[in-house]
Amino acid sequence: MTDSAIILNSVEKNQNHVLAALRRNRLSWVGAGLLILIVAAAIFAPLVAPYDPLKQNILYRLSPPSAEFWLGTDSYGRDVLSRLLYGARISLSISFLSVLIAMVVGSALGILAGYIGGIFDQVVMGLVDVMLSFPTLLLGLMVAAMLGASFENLIIAIAITETAPFARVARAPTIAVKRREFVEAGKSLGFTPLRIMRVHILPNILSDIVVVASLWMASAIRTEASLAFVGLGVRPPTPTWGGMIREGFDNILTAWWLVVFPSLAILLTVLALNILGDALRDAIDPKTRSER
Amino acid sequence: MIGYAIRRLLLAIPTLLAMLTMVFVLVRLVPGDAAVAMLGDRADAVTLQALRAQLGLDQPIAIQYMRFIRDMLTGNFGHSSVSGRTVLAEVAQVLPYTLELALAAVFIGTLFGIPLGVVAACRRNQWPDYISRLLSLIGLSFPGFVSAILMLLAFAVWLQWLPVMSRASSDPINHLRNLVLPALNLGLIMTAYIARVTRSSMLDVLGEDYIRTAKAKGVKPSTLVLRHALGNALIPIVTVVGLYFGTLIGNSVLTEIVFTRPGLGKLILGALQSRDYTLLQGLMVVFATLVILVNTVTDLIYALVDPRVSYAQ
Amino acid sequence: MNTTLNSDLRPNVKEEKMQHSGNDLEHADDPKTAVLSVRNLTTSFKANNDWKTVIRNISFDVAAKETVAIVGESGSGKSVTSLSIMRLLSERSSRIEGHVRLGEKDLLSLSEEQMRQVRGNEISMIFQEPMTSLNPILTIGRQIAEALTVHQDISQADAKAEVMRLLEKVRIPNARRRFDEYPHQFSGGMRQRVMIAMALASRPKLLIADEPTTALDVTIQGQILDLIKTLQEEEGMSVLFITHDMGVVAEVADRTIVMYRGDAVEMGETDDIFHRGKHPYTRALLSAVPQLGSMGGRKLPLRFPVIDIKTGEEKPSVEVVNTVASTKSPILEVKDLTTRFGIRTGPFGRKTGAVHAVEKVSFDLFEGETLSLVGESGCGKSTTGRSITRLINPTSGNVTVDGQDVMGLGQSALRKMRRSIQMIFQDPYASLNPRLNIGSALIEPFIQHGMGTGRQALDKAAGLMEKVGLPTDMMSRFPHEFSGGQRQRIAIARALMLDPKVIVADEAVSALDVSIKAQVCNLLLDLQQSLNLAFLFISHDMAVVERVSHRVAVMYLGEIVEIGPRSAVFDNPQHSYTRKLMSAVPVPDPARRSIKRDMPTDELKNPIRPVDYVPPEREYREVSPGHLVQVC
Repeated sequence: MTDSAIILNSVEKNQNHVLAALRRNRLSWVGAGLLILIVAAAIFAPLVAPYDPLKQNILYRLSPPSAEFWLGTDSYGRDVLSRLLYGARISLSISFLSVLIAMVVGSALGILAGYIGGIFDQVVMGLVDVMLSFPTLLLGLMVAAMLGASFENLIIAIAITETAPFARVARAPTIAVKRREFVEAGKSLGFTPLRIMRVHILPNILSDIVVVASLWMASAIRTEASLAFVGLGVRPPTPTWGGMIREGFDNILTAWWLVVFPSLAILLTVLALNILGDALRDAIDPKTRSER
Repeated sequence: MIGYAIRRLLLAIPTLLAMLTMVFVLVRLVPGDAAVAMLGDRADAVTLQALRAQLGLDQPIAIQYMRFIRDMLTGNFGHSSVSGRTVLAEVAQVLPYTLELALAAVFIGTLFGIPLGVVAACRRNQWPDYISRLLSLIGLSFPGFVSAILMLLAFAVWLQWLPVMSRASSDPINHLRNLVLPALNLGLIMTAYIARVTRSSMLDVLGEDYIRTAKAKGVKPSTLVLRHALGNALIPIVTVVGLYFGTLIGNSVLTEIVFTRPGLGKLILGALQSRDYTLLQGLMVVFATLVILVNTVTDLIYALVDPRVSYAQ
Repeated sequence: MNTTLNSDLRPNVKEEKMQHSGNDLEHADDPKTAVLSVRNLTTSFKANNDWKTVIRNISFDVAAKETVAIVGESGSGKSVTSLSIMRLLSERSSRIEGHVRLGEKDLLSLSEEQMRQVRGNEISMIFQEPMTSLNPILTIGRQIAEALTVHQDISQADAKAEVMRLLEKVRIPNARRRFDEYPHQFSGGMRQRVMIAMALASRPKLLIADEPTTALDVTIQGQILDLIKTLQEEEGMSVLFITHDMGVVAEVADRTIVMYRGDAVEMGETDDIFHRGKHPYTRALLSAVPQLGSMGGRKLPLRFPVIDIKTGEEKPSVEVVNTVASTKSPILEVKDLTTRFGIRTGPFGRKTGAVHAVEKVSFDLFEGETLSLVGESGCGKSTTGRSITRLINPTSGNVTVDGQDVMGLGQSALRKMRRSIQMIFQDPYASLNPRLNIGSALIEPFIQHGMGTGRQALDKAAGLMEKVGLPTDMMSRFPHEFSGGQRQRIAIARALMLDPKVIVADEAVSALDVSIKAQVCNLLLDLQQSLNLAFLFISHDMAVVERVSHRVAVMYLGEIVEIGPRSAVFDNPQHSYTRKLMSAVPVPDPARRSIKRDMPTDELKNPIRPVDYVPPEREYREVSPGHLVQVC
C-alpha cells in the first residue's frame, strides 16, 4: 500500500466512532432530518414550488394562507411558499460557501500560528483579535455596504467576518496537540514541519474545526438574513428570507404571514444546524475520552 | 494585580490602533470614487473635486492615514454628510439608549440564565436539563431581528399590551414601556446563551478533583454547588459573556430597527441608506472601541475574581 | 471494536481462591473490634446501558490503630474500592452491593444526608493529585476550617485557632500567614499537607489515603509518608492506604491486600505477603519490584525475573553480556551543555530572570552502554535529553553524535542526523498519533527518510514488531486498542526503524505498571544486547536505575553533582544530595517499617536565577576510577 493510502485508511476508521455516537443521540435525528428536508426543498425547488416565485398576481396581493396559496401572498401577489423554497437556495448556498472559505483560510492561519509560535503567532493572533473586536454583524454590514450587495460580495463579506473565529478555533487545539508527545516524536524522527502539520496535527484537530463549522454555518445564515433585512441582501426581486421579512415588515399590522413564515424558515434551518453542531461536539468529546 | 492591570490596559492601545487601521483600510477598499458614491454620477467635476479636497481624499495615502489616526484619537470623527452635525454629536445623542438596552439584556440574561444553567448541570441528563437545553438552543437560533419581529407581532400587534413604535420619552413609565419589548427580546437571547455557557462551565467544574475533595469533607450539597462550584464556574462565564458583547451590540442594532427605538441602530440604517461614509466610519470605530473596552473590563474582572491571577508568584 | 488486548498478565481468576496468609483469619472473624468491616463489596459501572462489574466480593477488616494497604496495578480496582466505601461514586452510573460497617453503621444503607455526616467526620480521605484537589478560589485556611464547621457547632474564631493548630501539626511553617493564602501559592508537597490537615480536622476514626504520594517527588514522598506515620500514632486512628508501590506498602502497612483485575487475590500480614506470598500474581508483582541495594557486587545491569502468572513458575533471569565498547571513542559526547530559559514579567515583559535548566553538563556515552540521569523534578534531566537531540535549542555547549557535531547543523542536515539518535517518551498514551494505525506509524520514519520502498518499510516494521514482542498481524490496529506497555513497545519499534545508535529514554518506563515496567526494562536490555544500542536513561526511579545502568549521573538544579559506575555511586554515594535521594526511596522490606527518616521539611529548590547571576565554577573530585563528585 502506498503511504498515503495507509494513512487515509487510518482516518476513515475513526469516523465510524463518531457516526455511531451520533446515531445514539435522538435529538440529532431531528436536526439531521430537518436539515435534509430543507436542503432537499432548496435543491428541488423548481420541481416542488407551486408557482414561479417572481410571478406577480396583483389580483391576489396580500391574501392570507388559503388552499390556493398555502402560505399566502405578498404585496405583489407573489406566492410566499414558492419564494420561501427558492429563498432557501440563496441562504443555504451563501452560508455554505462563505463558511467553507472562512474555514479553509482561517484554520490554515490558526494552525500555522499555533505551530510556528513566537512572533508570527503573536502578530497573527493580534490581527485576529482586532478582527474579533468588530461585532460580526456590523463588520458584515460594513463590508457589504462597501462592496455593494450581490451574491458573490455577500459570500465574501460573511467569509471575512468568520475567518477570525476559525483561526481562533484552530489555534488552541493545535497548541494542545503540539505538546503531545507524538508530535515531539515526529520532530525527533526528523519529519518536516509541513508533514507534521498535515499528517499529525490536522487530523487530530479536524473534529474541533468541523464542529465549529456547523455552528458557524448557522451563524452565517443568521448574518445573511440580517443583512437582507437591512437592505444589504441579494437584490430583489430575487427572494431571500431576510428580504421577505423586510418587505413584510411594512405590512406587519395586517399581513402577519409575510413575516411569520420566513421567520420560521430561518429559525428551523438555524436550529437544525445548531442541533447537529451540538450533537457532533458531544459525539466527538466522549469518543476522544474513550481512546485512552 | 496592579501589574496585570497595567499590562492589560497597555495591551488595549495597540489593539485600538490596529482596529483603526483596519477601519481605514476597509473604508478605502470601496471600489470606485467615494466622492462619486456620495454625490452621484451626475455631479460635475468641480463639486466632486471640492468634496474630495474637503474629505482629504486628494492627499497621498500616508498623509491620509496620519490625519485619520490623529482625528480618531482626538475625537474628531468628522461630520455627517446628511445632518451636517458632528458624528460625535450624533452618536452621543443615541448612545445612551443602546447602552441601556445592552445592560438591560445582560441583567435579564444573568438573572435567568445562571440559575437555569446551574439547574441543568446539577440535574444532568434528566428532564430539567433536557428542557433547559432545548429552550436555550431554540433561543440561540433566532436572529436578533426575527425574535424581535415575532415579539412585536405577538405583544404589540395582537395582544396590544405594549407600544408598536418607541419614541424617546421623558416620562419614566413610558420610557420603561418602550424598553420592555426590546429588552425582553435581547434578554431572552442572552438568557439562552448564558444558560448554555453556565451549564457547560458548571459541568466542567463539577468534574474537578476539588469538588470530590469537598464532597469527601462532608460539605452540604447546596454549599457544594453554590460556593465551591459556581464560584469557579463564574470565571469562564464572565469571560465568555464579555466575548459575546460584540454579538449583543449587533443584535441591539437590529432590535432597535425593528422597534424603531432611538439608538445606534437607527443611525447605522440611515448612514447605509444615504451612503454617509463618514458617519459609517465613525460608527465602526465607536462600536469597535466599545467592544475593546468591554473585553478589557472583562479581563480585569476576571483578574479580580481569580486569585491565581492577582496573586501571581 | 473496542477490544483491549491486555495480553500481558492474565491468570484464570475464577479458579483461584483468595489466598490468606498468616493469622489473617482471626481479624476477619471479629467485626466488633474492627473500625471498618467490609464484606462482599461489589461495585459495577454503567457504560452504554451495560453494567460492568469492576470489583468483586472484596472483604477485609481494618482494626483500630492499624494500617492496611491495598496494593495493585492500574485496573485492579483499588481506587474504586475506596471510593465505594466513601460512596463518592456517581449514583446514577454506579451500583454498590455488599456491606461496609463502620462501628455500628452499615454505610451502604445510609441515606445520602446521613452519609454526608460520616464523610470528613468519622472517615476522611486524601487523594492522589494535590495540585488539583484544592479549590483554587478559596483560601486554604477557609477550606480547612470548613472541615470543622460543617460537622461541628463551632465559632469562626475557634475554628481558625484549631486550623492553626492543625497547620502546625502537619508541619507547615508560618501558619499565621499561610492561613489566608491560596492553593496556587503552595507546592505539591505543601498542598498534600493541607489535605492531610483537612482530613484530620474532625479526628476521624479512619483515614483513607488514595495514592497520596504517587504524584510527589521522592524526597517529598518520604516526608509525607513519615508525616502520616507520625500522625497516625499521635491521633490513634486507622489508615487504609491505597498504592501501587510495594516499597510504600512495606513501609507503612501492618496488613496488606493484593488486588488484581477487581479481585482481592491475597491478604495478610505484610511480612507474610512479602516473604511467603502464595498467589502467583503476588509473587509476580514482588519479583518485578526493584529493591534498592539488591544488586550485590554486580557491575553489569540485571534483568528482572519473569514469573508466570498462571503457574507461579519463575524463569531465571539471564545475565547480560557486557556490551560496552569502552575502547572505541564514545558514541555521544556532551561538553558544557547549557540551556537557559528567560523569564519575562512586569508590564513590559522585561527579562527579569532565567531558569538555569541545564548548567555545564558534560559526559560521554559509549556504544552498548547505559548511562542514567537521575534526579527529581526541576533537576534538568529531561531538558538535557531534549537539548542533546535539539528538540530544545541549547544556549551553549558541544554535542557530538557518532563523530558529528550536532549543534552547528542546519535544518535538513539536522533531520538526517536524527537517524542516529532517537527518543522514547514518558506517556505511552500520547506518543502515538491516535489517527494513524500502527503500521502507518511504523513505516512513516522509514519512508520520510527515503530509506527504501514501501514494501521494504513494511517488512522492516514487521520484523521490529516481532523483536519487541508483538504479533505482526496487529499492525492494522489503532493505538487505543493497545495497553500502555504495548504502546511503549511500539514506540520503541518506531524509534528503531531508523537504525539509531543512541536512544534517549525520557522516563520511558515511569508511567507503566510495576510488572510491565519490568518487562519493558528487560526488552531494553535485550535490544541493547542484540543491537549494541547505547541508552541515555532518564529517570527519577532510583531502584529501576540501579538495575539497568552501567553508569549513573545524579543531577540537581541543572548540574551533575555525582557521576560514576553504577556500583560505585550506589554503594558509595558521596554527595549529600545523592545520599538524601537514596534515603528517601521506599524500600520494599517490611522490617524497615518502624524506621523514620527524620527528614527536614524543606521544599525542592528550583533553578530560577536573577538575570545577572553568574554560575560558580565547579570542581570535581575523583573518588575512585570514573567516580566523580562535585565539590561543594
